Amino acid sequence: MIKGNSWALKLSAGFGFVFLYAPIIALILYSFNESKLVTVWGGWSLKWYGELFRNEQIMNAAWISLKIALISATLAAVLGTLAGFVLSRMRKFRGKTILSGWVTAPLVMPEVITGLSLLLLFVAMESMFGWPAGRGTTTIVIAHTTFCLAYVAVVVQSRLASLDETLEEAAMDLGAKPVSLFFLITLPLISPAILSGWLLSFTLSLDDLVIASFVSGPGNSTLPMVIFSKVRLGVTPEINALATLMILAVSVAVVAAIVIMRRQNRFQGP
Amino acid sequence: MMATSAPSDSTRLSLMQRFRALGLGRWLVIMMPMLWLAAFFFIPFLVVFKISLAEAMISVPPYSPLIEWDPNNAYATLKVTFGNYLFLFESRFYLDAYLSSLRIAGISTFFALLIGFPIAYLIARSGPTARTVLLSLVILPFWTSFLLRVYAWMALLKKNGLVNDVMMSIGLIDQPLQILQTDFAVYLGIVYTYLPFMILPLYTTLEKMDLSLIEAAQDLGAKPWRAFCLVTLPLAKPGIIAGCMLVFIPAVGEYVIPALLGGSDTLMIGRVLWDEFFLNRDWPLASAVAIVMLIVLVGPIMFMRNGNKEAL
Amino acid sequence: MSVSSVMPQTTSQAKPSWRQTDAEPFVRIEQITKQFGDFTAVNNVSLDIYQNELFCLLGGSGSGKSTLLRMLAGFEAPTSGRIIIDGVDMSHTPPWERPVNMMFQSYALFPHLSVEANVAFGLKREGLPNAEVKKRVADILDMVQLGHLARRKPHMLSGGQRQRVALARSLVKQPKLLLLDEPLGALDKKLREETQFELMRLQEELGITFIVVTHDQEEAMTLATRIGVMNHGVIVQTAEPHDMYEYPSNRFVAEFIGNVNMFEGTVVTDERDSATVHCNDLQGLVYLDHGISCASNQSVSVAIRPEKLRITRDAPNTPHNRCEGVITEVAYMGSQSIYKVRLASGCEVRVTQPNAQRDSGDRLTWDDHVHLSWDPDSSVVLTS
Repeated sequence: MIKGNSWALKLSAGFGFVFLYAPIIALILYSFNESKLVTVWGGWSLKWYGELFRNEQIMNAAWISLKIALISATLAAVLGTLAGFVLSRMRKFRGKTILSGWVTAPLVMPEVITGLSLLLLFVAMESMFGWPAGRGTTTIVIAHTTFCLAYVAVVVQSRLASLDETLEEAAMDLGAKPVSLFFLITLPLISPAILSGWLLSFTLSLDDLVIASFVSGPGNSTLPMVIFSKVRLGVTPEINALATLMILAVSVAVVAAIVIMRRQNRFQGP
Repeated sequence: MMATSAPSDSTRLSLMQRFRALGLGRWLVIMMPMLWLAAFFFIPFLVVFKISLAEAMISVPPYSPLIEWDPNNAYATLKVTFGNYLFLFESRFYLDAYLSSLRIAGISTFFALLIGFPIAYLIARSGPTARTVLLSLVILPFWTSFLLRVYAWMALLKKNGLVNDVMMSIGLIDQPLQILQTDFAVYLGIVYTYLPFMILPLYTTLEKMDLSLIEAAQDLGAKPWRAFCLVTLPLAKPGIIAGCMLVFIPAVGEYVIPALLGGSDTLMIGRVLWDEFFLNRDWPLASAVAIVMLIVLVGPIMFMRNGNKEAL
Repeated sequence: MSVSSVMPQTTSQAKPSWRQTDAEPFVRIEQITKQFGDFTAVNNVSLDIYQNELFCLLGGSGSGKSTLLRMLAGFEAPTSGRIIIDGVDMSHTPPWERPVNMMFQSYALFPHLSVEANVAFGLKREGLPNAEVKKRVADILDMVQLGHLARRKPHMLSGGQRQRVALARSLVKQPKLLLLDEPLGALDKKLREETQFELMRLQEELGITFIVVTHDQEEAMTLATRIGVMNHGVIVQTAEPHDMYEYPSNRFVAEFIGNVNMFEGTVVTDERDSATVHCNDLQGLVYLDHGISCASNQSVSVAIRPEKLRITRDAPNTPHNRCEGVITEVAYMGSQSIYKVRLASGCEVRVTQPNAQRDSGDRLTWDDHVHLSWDPDSSVVLTS
């Protein structure tokens, strides 16, 4: 056997993990700081959590963001599943290469470009068809669905690629037509992937600042937009509290998702 | 026997059924995501390109129409200007912004690889339980808010932040350093936020790699370090390419990190585009900036797609 | 010799349908070709399979046997040619409309469904009433002795149990034709032998036509009523197991099935009831007790199975069908021993002898000088 994990490797990997987590832990600690001066420790306190929940601007924005994230994650899950299915299960057709390009490009496309291009599209559409009238929740949902769709498609595609295709052949052989085959066999088997794609979309939508800034209208500031406008001016203790809550919520969800996925995988094989 | 009468009927029936089951359904399934992406991903680029050929105007929307219709003479003129592009190339400022974006993204990608590789390697070599735990630890920050993770560094890097405090208390420095609002802070921010994108593809290729290959190399007389260079590294190439591109391409157009961690002199093209659009309201010029950025990034994007095909 | 005359004569009156010239084939494969791009997986194959047959498609990997099976199931459409099942042209019928079921090599059990639901899946697609589905599922599960595991999920079953669930699932729809892709491939050796007989019993009881794809020649010999050997997308010989072994029609089949010694030779004489072939390797003549319809001087191959050779220290007293050499290798296998004998020509010959006595004092061993001989009906002359 190779003694592959030498102390040097462990040390450098350990340094990497410290690098990943130190800022987050510092942020969480500071959120319980009594002092207004963020970096001076003034004792433990939940004061800033109270301030946070009394801040109407933040609460409103959080509500808008949650709504947008729910709708766009759901839309993206449906469209992304279709796209992933088409890419991995349908025989070659004209436009398949184009579709696969359109699905992967949004993953790396700089957000400023996506945001700008969608805004210009919405403006052009409004002057041509009168829809969407102005910009707000609808336009943000469309924009978020578009880039989240790509993430769902990639997750679903990789799950389908690892799924034993003979399962689907067996169902056909037993008399299942394409539609019932999809709903009875394929969909249940890829549902963990769709679920994790949905969760990913939800958090990505909840987190997006740049694209939302381009395509939102007045009075429709999302949570990241409010956070950004605040932290631009410096570190504020309420945002520390907000960050702690969000990180906590996401951590619980992710750990739960990983545990569920692991159990599913153990049952269903690769 | 019964062979002669049956076939023609049954083939016709099955053809009809197959048309319904495969033809129309298949077409619908393909068209839904295809149309959505065409409308909201592809066509927007055409719109951006169109507007980049217009002139800025004080109007709603703030750019000149591409086709001008003269109602008196029933005469249409196509008004196309390359002025925005000429302006981009003539002005030192934009050229510098592009180059500095590429430099910052490149340097950050290199450091992300340097930090990410040992982590990915360690995870790939761990036992099943440790592997899941470590992998979750890498994925977890990836799920938490990008904006808040950048923000976390602001508190650490401030003049009176934790990093300066610690360095002063152990006597490394006497005066607090200006770390926030420097290029260094931007590198740090990019490496930090994009690290999971580097680690995951690296891990995927390293995990697939057969351990006995390294054993074989060592058995044939290669010292561990040489075995690593001659076997591990070449085999990890697809993962390295994918990881680097996943960091490099979005980093080039990054806005949030230079805006929060960088100084006023940190020049990045994403920030330039943002300012051009939101502060100067020069939509055509912002569009031209976007189009040129897209052209610069087409190469790396293609490279990544081909690299991915190799990896699969 | 006398055994067959003692056996009851009922078997001979039920002469298998593939031996009757006027029988109607149940599955008719007509000049089927399948191409994947430039690669021809199945090349102009024609094959008739009869009711109640257990037909084995035997071949190595890439021989086209699986592609042929997948075309029968409907997963691949033939590039050209026709597939007729029970009188109906099914060449382009989708799998869900074929009266054919398949048992997959991987079993392809739906991991999210219980054993019961897996077996019921096909019946429910037919829209049968619930009560009937329940009854038929229970019946077939009892038949494969899995009634007590009906509620389990596939991942909680052993390999052998999964195999029986897969079998039950493919049989429950009472297909006209059952396709089995390496049905025993994933089982260990002992379980495989038991299951072979189980399969044969089921096939006889249910009266369903089976087509089995396998790469294992022993499995094919045990199971099949007839075997079709495939190579490079072509069926090289179709025959009953015994004929396939004793009368291979070409070199590929002779070498693929069992072990064989192959000698190059030229025809010397060829009459109606005898023939002689001269083999340089044997430095002598091979005498056969039947004609081979060849031109004289034609070059042919002479195939002799290792167990048909006699190995002795003393010279046999026949003028033909003999040679001599030195033992270079001995492998003691328990029930039999394998010898490799190097002839004066340099050619190596493989001989197997049953170990009839526990301690034969004079055991053959390395470097012994020995004589080999065989009967006039033991060798086969092959022209291709």
